[in-house]
Amino acid sequence: MIHTPLPKACFTRRRLLQQTVAVWAMTLPALPLAADSPAVQAAIDAIIGDRDAESGELSLTTPAIAENGNTVPIAVAAGGRFTADDYVEAIHILAPGNPVPEVVSFHFTPRSGYARAATRIRLAETQDVIAIAELSDGRVWRTANEVKVTIGGCGG
Amino acid sequence: MDKPRVKVPQKVKAGEPFEVKVLISHTMESGQRTDEATGQKIPRMIINSFTCKLDGEVVFSATLHPAVSANPYLAFYVVADKSGELEFVWVDDSGDTATATRTIEVT
Repeated sequence: MIHTPLPKACFTRRRLLQQTVAVWAMTLPALPLAADSPAVQAAIDAIIGDRDAESGELSLTTPAIAENGNTVPIAVAAGGRFTADDYVEAIHILAPGNPVPEVVSFHFTPRSGYARAATRIRLAETQDVIAIAELSDGRVWRTANEVKVTIGGCGG
Repeated sequence: MDKPRVKVPQKVKAGEPFEVKVLISHTMESGQRTDEATGQKIPRMIINSFTCKLDGEVVFSATLHPAVSANPYLAFYVVADKSGELEFVWVDDSGDTATATRTIEVT
């Protein structure tokens, strides 16, 4: 391997990382969100109202493939450590491909410490599972993950 | 609805969030299934709410819909400043409740 001296303004690993993060952050508000069916849109509107959802610091952890739709482990996390007046009030999980789109709502208080929760859910078919977080200052974060379901979980 | 199981750390640090895991036996009948013998829909019967209180004050709660799996499992975080009692309450569609309590020691 040949080592050539790098010019002073060249990419260091740190600079490259910073720039990558900066570019990533700029693209965040422009993330396209898939169109929702009327029933799902109604469920989302009931939570969000006329507020704008950004992707924010909300992460939804789901398996890429669920062999058994009857019990799919999911976990959500939003933001960091709570303070008395800056915290996440709720995270809602929606499954647009289920007979009832609402799945579960977690309600947090400053005494929860973190907006982190996990449970197991039923998914009728392959679909984008949606998570929506409501913050104490009125902001709304939204994210979604596709889960491929091998055997549906809503019974016959 | 029976056998509530709760997992909390025996000792926790003041002001430091700790994880709580709960599990309870319940069929969580979704209301979508049909009884093959009668052809009738099996009515919905699910745990629809869960609440965790610390010394009487709600610290976390959840609203459950039919898409939560049977024997619902929940994990979440709680902060305590002093030793106290955690109370867990599950309520199902028939109004039945199940309760569990755990004393936590704050060091």
